Amino acid sequence: MYRIVTKKELNPTVTQMEIEAPLVANKAKPGQFIILRVDENGERIPLTIAGADKNNGTVKIIFQIVGSTTEKLNHKNEGEFIQDFLGPLGVATHTDGIKRVCIVGGGVGCAIAMPIAHEFHKLGADVTSIVGFRNKDLVILEDEFKACSTTMHLMTDDGSYGRHGNVCVPLNEMLESGEKFDMIITIGPLIMMKFVVEAARPYNVPVTVSMNPIMIDGTGMCGGCRLTLNQDGKKVTKFACVDGPDFNGYEVDFDEAMSRGRMYVDFERHAYEETCNLFRNA
Amino acid sequence: MAIIPKKHEMPNQAPEVRAHNFDEVALGYTEETAIAEANRCINCKNKPCVGGCPVNIRIPEFIAKVKVGDFEGAYQIITFSSSLPAVCGRVCPQETQCECNCTLGNKFEPVAIGRLERFVADWHNKNVKEAAEKPDDNGHKVAIVGSGPSGLTCAGDLAKKGYDVTVFEALHTAGGVLVYGIPEFRLPKAIVAKEVDTLKELGVKVETNVVIGKTLTIDELFEMGYEAVFVGSGAGLPNFMGIPGESLKGVYSANEFLTRSNLMKSYLEAPETPIMKGGKVAVVGGGNVAMDAARTALRLGAEKVYIVYRRSMDELPARKEEVEHAEEEGIDFKLLCNPVEILGYENPDDNRDPRNGFVTGMKCIRMELGEPDEKGRRRPVPVENSDFVLDVDTVIMSIGTSPNPLIKSTTEGLEVNRWGGIVVNEDGLTSREGVYAGGDAVTGAATVISAMGAGKVAANAIDEYLSNK
Repeated sequence: MYRIVTKKELNPTVTQMEIEAPLVANKAKPGQFIILRVDENGERIPLTIAGADKNNGTVKIIFQIVGSTTEKLNHKNEGEFIQDFLGPLGVATHTDGIKRVCIVGGGVGCAIAMPIAHEFHKLGADVTSIVGFRNKDLVILEDEFKACSTTMHLMTDDGSYGRHGNVCVPLNEMLESGEKFDMIITIGPLIMMKFVVEAARPYNVPVTVSMNPIMIDGTGMCGGCRLTLNQDGKKVTKFACVDGPDFNGYEVDFDEAMSRGRMYVDFERHAYEETCNLFRNA
Repeated sequence: MAIIPKKHEMPNQAPEVRAHNFDEVALGYTEETAIAEANRCINCKNKPCVGGCPVNIRIPEFIAKVKVGDFEGAYQIITFSSSLPAVCGRVCPQETQCECNCTLGNKFEPVAIGRLERFVADWHNKNVKEAAEKPDDNGHKVAIVGSGPSGLTCAGDLAKKGYDVTVFEALHTAGGVLVYGIPEFRLPKAIVAKEVDTLKELGVKVETNVVIGKTLTIDELFEMGYEAVFVGSGAGLPNFMGIPGESLKGVYSANEFLTRSNLMKSYLEAPETPIMKGGKVAVVGGGNVAMDAARTALRLGAEKVYIVYRRSMDELPARKEEVEHAEEEGIDFKLLCNPVEILGYENPDDNRDPRNGFVTGMKCIRMELGEPDEKGRRRPVPVENSDFVLDVDTVIMSIGTSPNPLIKSTTEGLEVNRWGGIVVNEDGLTSREGVYAGGDAVTGAATVISAMGAGKVAANAIDEYLSNK
C-alpha cells in the first residue's frame, strides 16, 4: 500500500498528489511513468511522473479526472492509501546534446512537460515553452513553467487567458521567423502532437512526442500499448511501455494511435457513470 | 492381481456446462479412486518415471504412500522435490514426461501420476492446517527476480536450505504466468495463492510492484547485501505476424487477452478492466496458450471461437488433453490455414463513425504440408488462390514471445543470445558471477515444469556457490 502524502486540486478536473514510494522516487527521471491501481480489483493505469523528491521518498503525479479509475483516485484523501504503485517505467527523455529546446504541452500533458522543461533548465539549456489550455479555468503550472523557461507562451482556445489560439500558433511564428531548436518535445492530446509534428516538418526540426496508450502491465509483457512507426518506409511495431513513451514524432502513426485509444470508449463511459452514481449515492 | 489396463477416469465438468463458467474443468480424484489408481503402480525396479520428471519427484515412493492411504506422507515426499505440487499436478504435460516412461505403459495405459500428484496436493491443502516449518536461517541472502514457476521453485528450494530469500515481482500479485496466463478453469488462482503462502511460511519474502531493471537493478541487489540473484523474469513481448491490420481494435496478443481476463479479472460480472467479449473470435496459433485463449473467449460469451493453425492436427504443439477439451467445448479448428490480413471497418463517408477501425474479418489462405524442415516438421506451404475471409470481430495472436529487454539492458556483462534469451551454463549460471537464470527468460516460451526444473538446478548451484564462498 502506498500513502498519499499530499493532495492538491490544480483545477476542477486536474489533481496533483504526492505518493510515498521511496524506491520509485529514488530512480524517477523526467519522461518516465508509473502504473497504479487504486484498490483491489482496480484497473491498472499509467500516469507520467510529474516530479520526485528523493529525500522525502515521494513521487508527484498529476491526473485529469476522465473516467472511473481517476474519479476513484480523486476521492482518496491525504493520509489514505492506494493499492499498487509501480515504477519508474519507460525510458527517460533524452537530453544529451540539446542546447535549445521547445517544449509544447497541452492540457494535462503540461504536467508531464513541466518536469522535462525543468530538467533542461537545470542542465543549462535554453527552454522555450508553449502551453495550451481550453480556457482560463483549466490553466495549470503557469508559475512553474515561467520559472524554468527563457520564453513562455500561454495559449487558450477561447482566448480567456494568455493568447488566443492553439499551441501551433506561436510555434509556427517562431519557426517562420527563423528560430532554431535542437529539439521540439511535445506532450498532450494525440491530435495536438500530430499538428505540432506537421508544423515542424517543413523546418526539419526533430520532434519528440510522448505517447500514452492503453497499458496493462507496463513492463513489456502484454503488448497492448503497441504502436506503429514508419521507419525508412517500413512499418515497425514498438511498445510504448519499454521502447517509449518518447518516440520520434515523424515516425508515429497518429491516426492508428487515436483509433486504438478509443477501443473501450463505450465501456469507459459506462464505468465512469456507474462510479459517479456510486459516489453520489454514498 | 490383474492390472487394470486403463487409468481411472478423471471426473470433469460436462463440456456444455463448463463452456459457460470459469470453474475448474477437472474435478479431481476421490480418496477411493486415488488408492485404486495408486494400486496400478507395479513399483518396478528401475523407476523410469523419476528420470522423466524435470524436478525428479520420487514418484513410486509417493504412490506407495497413497496405496496405504497415507496421503500426508505422500505429500511430504512430493514437496521434498517440488515446491508447487498442486500446480504441477494440473499443468504438467505428464504424457511427455513421467507417464510416457511408465513401465506399465508398455502394455497398458501408464499410471495417472499427474492425477495422483494433484490429488495428494489438494488433500494436503484441504486437510492439513499447520504451517510449514521454517528452517534455521543460514545467514545468506538471495534475491529472486520474478515469482513465476522458476522463481518460486528456486525460492522454495533455497528457503528449505535456510537461505533468506526475497522474491521481487513486477505485477501486483505473485505467481507470474500462473496468475496472468493460465486461466482459472485450468488452474484456480486460490491454488496458486496457497502455494505462495506455503513458501511464505518457509520464510520467503515476496515484494510485489518491484520491477528489476527499473525500480532496482541487479547491481543494486548485490549492493543491498544479496549474495546471489536468480533471474526468472519469464517470457517477454508478444510476437505479431507482421500482416496488415494487426493494430485494429479487436486484435489482441494472447498475453494481453489472458492478462485482462485472468490477472485483471475481466471475466467478473462488473469488471473494472474491459475486454472485448461475445461475437466471433479467431485465435491464431496452436500451442497451449492458444487453447487457453480460445477457451477463455468461449467462457466470456463468444458465440463462435476458431483456432487458426497453419499446420495439421498432428503438428499441433498443445497438449492432447487441452486440444480434446477445446474440441469437446465446441472450439472450431481451422487447420492448414494461415492469416494474411485482418480486415477492419471503415466508413468512407464518416471518419468519426464509432465503428471505424474495429475488426470485421480475417483473410486467410489455405496451406498444405511440404518438405520437412530442419526440425523434421513438415513445412506449411500456401495453396495459391485459396484465400477466404473468416467472419470474426476479435483476433487473438498466440504465436510466441520475445524476451523482455528490461534486465539485459540494465545489467552490464549479462550475455544474451541473438534471440535475446539469457545465456546460462548447465548450472543456470549466467556470464555474471552470482547471477543465475532459468525459465522462459533463458529458453523462450516453454512449459511450467521445465521452468521449475531450471529453478531447481539453479537453487542447487546457488547453494553450492554460497557454501563454498
